[in-house]
Amino acid sequence: MINIITNRDLEVKSEAKGSERPDGRAYNELRPLKIEAGVLERADGSAYLEFGDNKVLAAVYGPREFHIRRFLKPNMAVLRCRYNMAPFSVEDRKRPGPDRRSLEISKLTSEALSPAVFLEKFPRSSIDVFIEVLQAEGGTRCAGITAASVALADAGIPMRDMVVACAAGKANGQIVMDLSEWEDKEGEADVPVAIMPRTGEITLLQMDGQLTKDEFEQALDLAKEGCMKISVEQKKAIKNRYGGD
Amino acid sequence: MQPIVPEITRISVTNLINKGERTDGRSLDQYREISVETGVIKKAEGSARVKIGNTQIMIGIKPQIGEPFPDTPNVGVFMTNSELVPMAAPNFEPGPPDERSVELSRVTDRGIREGKIIDLEKLAIIPGKKVWMIFIDMHILDYDGNLMDAAALGAMAALMDTKIPTATVEDDEVVIDHENMQPLPLNDKTVMTTMAKIGNELVVDPSLEEEGIMGARISIGVRSDGAICSMQKGGERPFKKEEILKAIDLAQEKTNELFKYIP
Repeated sequence: MINIITNRDLEVKSEAKGSERPDGRAYNELRPLKIEAGVLERADGSAYLEFGDNKVLAAVYGPREFHIRRFLKPNMAVLRCRYNMAPFSVEDRKRPGPDRRSLEISKLTSEALSPAVFLEKFPRSSIDVFIEVLQAEGGTRCAGITAASVALADAGIPMRDMVVACAAGKANGQIVMDLSEWEDKEGEADVPVAIMPRTGEITLLQMDGQLTKDEFEQALDLAKEGCMKISVEQKKAIKNRYGGD
Repeated sequence: MQPIVPEITRISVTNLINKGERTDGRSLDQYREISVETGVIKKAEGSARVKIGNTQIMIGIKPQIGEPFPDTPNVGVFMTNSELVPMAAPNFEPGPPDERSVELSRVTDRGIREGKIIDLEKLAIIPGKKVWMIFIDMHILDYDGNLMDAAALGAMAALMDTKIPTATVEDDEVVIDHENMQPLPLNDKTVMTTMAKIGNELVVDPSLEEEGIMGARISIGVRSDGAICSMQKGGERPFKKEEILKAIDLAQEKTNELFKYIP
């Protein structure tokens, strides 16, 4: 049951002094974040995430029998992912069904999550991750990966770590954490990153836009810093669901 | 792959219903817990999340300017679409809408269309050329039985929540004013009640388990003035005339309860 669904704007708390960002955040400040685990009845694991105005639902089925023979792996499970946007999630209605962008994001999400999962424990099976973007406001792929990790944990699938994702980039000439929709569209560069927080290993990295090497390094560090903050909230969501301290 | 219901479940559920009881403790004409929230998606001009028991649907409404159909040049257009997303049940597959999804969309559409719920004449901007097209998109998130009633209730709630921009005509061009949002013009309200035939009885709001063993189901859409505006029979077994008439009485009674969720 999604309890935390918000039907008003999440407010950015601090008004950072001299902030160049349109929503008044400091350069290293995340948008407000809420995560809830175990929100769906039928799925084996699920999570709901609100990140700024992003509303994302993730669900996991499996490990279960893999019925597509040609993709089956005899020695391990296959983690499949489907990223999908609801037609009403964006300003101009999106036509239902997969497009090139969502297919690419699906593939990257699957590759970002796979390193953390003990796939070798489940030969010949599939683990299916479904991500539904209900409302989009920049950074949905990162929000999707973050939610999917919580859903995998909620499904009780053994993992080395909970993958977490956050973007950084350059907007108004400044390197900033967690780009909003406006900063993503109008900004100079966008670097989405997913990591395994225990080791800091990177499982997803994309970049579009223009950065110098130094700027890229700053952005990468900032994205990782954001990931570490989000990781705390992921773990909290699991603890809230299962009552541990 | 359809889930198989064990014979022992079929027999025990049927026996219980023949005695007037149900496995979850409800009476035969009782709905599960219902909740309706509106305005949950800011990017949509109207939205609702509806839950009947554990069945959960998110509905968003998006208006667009488009061209009218040639046979109805002076009225607006609306389209109803549903996605049975694969997260909602283990046997839902990704891909284009299957027949269940199409049936759900069309039955929901029919209730709204035939009940003349949306005042489509007010949605014409330049008659014959430009009209509002209203998209009703239903995202099924969790499937625990009785999608029909949840979809109809949620679509109605979302339509009532919808505000569309003001469109005016200047020199044959449509000018859209997003500052002045107006409620979507509606004539009335409609909701739907679904009953399943199990054993010799009709049960209101079948759960997933009950849908798995039902012989047939009937969904009846009723307007707030009591007029019946849509009907759909489903399932492999037949109905008798008396059963249909009883279902109509039951639907008219139960829809009054449902209207309380969308005042």
